[in-house]
Amino acid sequence: MLKKRIIPCLDIKDGKVVKGVNFVGLKEVGDPVELAKRYDLQCADEVVFLDITASYEDRGIIRDLIAKAASELSIPLAVGGGIRTIDDFRMILASGADKVSVNSAAIANPDLIKQASDEFGVQCVVIAIDAKKNDQGRYDVYVKGGRENTGLDLVEWVKKCESLGAGEVLLTSMDADGTRAGFDIDMLNAVCEVVNIPVIASGGCGSVQDIVDVFEKTNVDAALVASLFHFNEATVEDVRNELTKNNIHVRRV
Amino acid sequence: MVVIIDYNVGNLSSVAGALKRVGIDAIVTRDKETIEQAQAIILPGVGSFPVAMANLEKYGLIETLTSCKEKGTIIMGICLGMQVLFEMGYEVRPTKGLGFIPGKVEYMDIDEKIPHMGWNELYFNQIHPILKYIEENEDVYYVHSYQAVTDDENIIAYSMYGTAKIPGIVGKDNVIGCQFHPEKSGAVGENILKAFKEMIEC
Repeated sequence: MLKKRIIPCLDIKDGKVVKGVNFVGLKEVGDPVELAKRYDLQCADEVVFLDITASYEDRGIIRDLIAKAASELSIPLAVGGGIRTIDDFRMILASGADKVSVNSAAIANPDLIKQASDEFGVQCVVIAIDAKKNDQGRYDVYVKGGRENTGLDLVEWVKKCESLGAGEVLLTSMDADGTRAGFDIDMLNAVCEVVNIPVIASGGCGSVQDIVDVFEKTNVDAALVASLFHFNEATVEDVRNELTKNNIHVRRV
Repeated sequence: MVVIIDYNVGNLSSVAGALKRVGIDAIVTRDKETIEQAQAIILPGVGSFPVAMANLEKYGLIETLTSCKEKGTIIMGICLGMQVLFEMGYEVRPTKGLGFIPGKVEYMDIDEKIPHMGWNELYFNQIHPILKYIEENEDVYYVHSYQAVTDDENIIAYSMYGTAKIPGIVGKDNVIGCQFHPEKSGAVGENILKAFKEMIEC
């Protein structure tokens, strides 16, 4: 039986881990490789590095971090942030990442999804989507760290991503992100109903119970967690124990 | 000496890193002479079946690997590197594989999310030295959309995905393959590589 995954997400700026609240107001929490190794030891199921500066000059920094993390971690590593071209995919994968998550560039150029999955395989193409509920009760897809509404409908976009060869969806609810009031169950269900690829829930996790809830109330495959872990409010083990207690199957350690 | 075959399909640093953690200093290479002298060969791989075979062909490695296989060198394929050990693959288009293990590689036509991505427990199908340090029901990390279809006698361990039986570790004679990623499977993966190390030492 396939297990539900717990994925610590490290937002990285200038080579350091930070965590934003509603995408603004960043607070430094530490060294990415050291933190990733700590999560590996706690038996996290994967780790995500999200490069939130991702300016051209920073590419060297993130490449070195990926190389160091990849050779030291015993779990998969996904990397996102600032991916524009097929060459960016190649660079990130060659540095040692297992998956690449792409957001804005896939919207500007959907063919990038197909190119990447044809060349590197669907398993490494993660489509990151930031979405927010609109007045009509549907969800709009945003880009540029949530500053720009693309006008794309979430459900239509996610179906298109799947048809182009996306291997996984990382769905962040902008309404929930930073609130620590729980995952956006309605939005996650809207997406899980229409795709047949794995979905990672992101945004809003403020307690261990939120993670239990998201697995009980939706069909997502994984939960992305940041502050809860970074600030030592809970460990991966706490989450795993609580999920097990609630009959949600996780990796046996 | 253990070699990791470098044929431009995915990164090899995590495979090399994992081997190092169990005490194997592997050489990453596509040099035929070095491969010919190897005690064991790791064939990794991420991407698609036809690209993997085309690259092996381009670097002239099909003959080298075949001659190593025939003289008894232990060969371990990982993920796509396991898939190309079979006779035929049907990803993108029908493509001939290395043919070291009888069988083929087909799309997982099942009523579950594809790719099969994440941790899934292994069940043992036979007694094999590669299983020496792991227990049944321990989880390993998979990520794939195609699976091996082969006779039961070639399946060492498997996982269940929905109602489908997914070959996890396959083997025949001196050739072995893991559909999952031992280098990404935490302590369980390291224990598999530790057993692999003992297999090549004796």
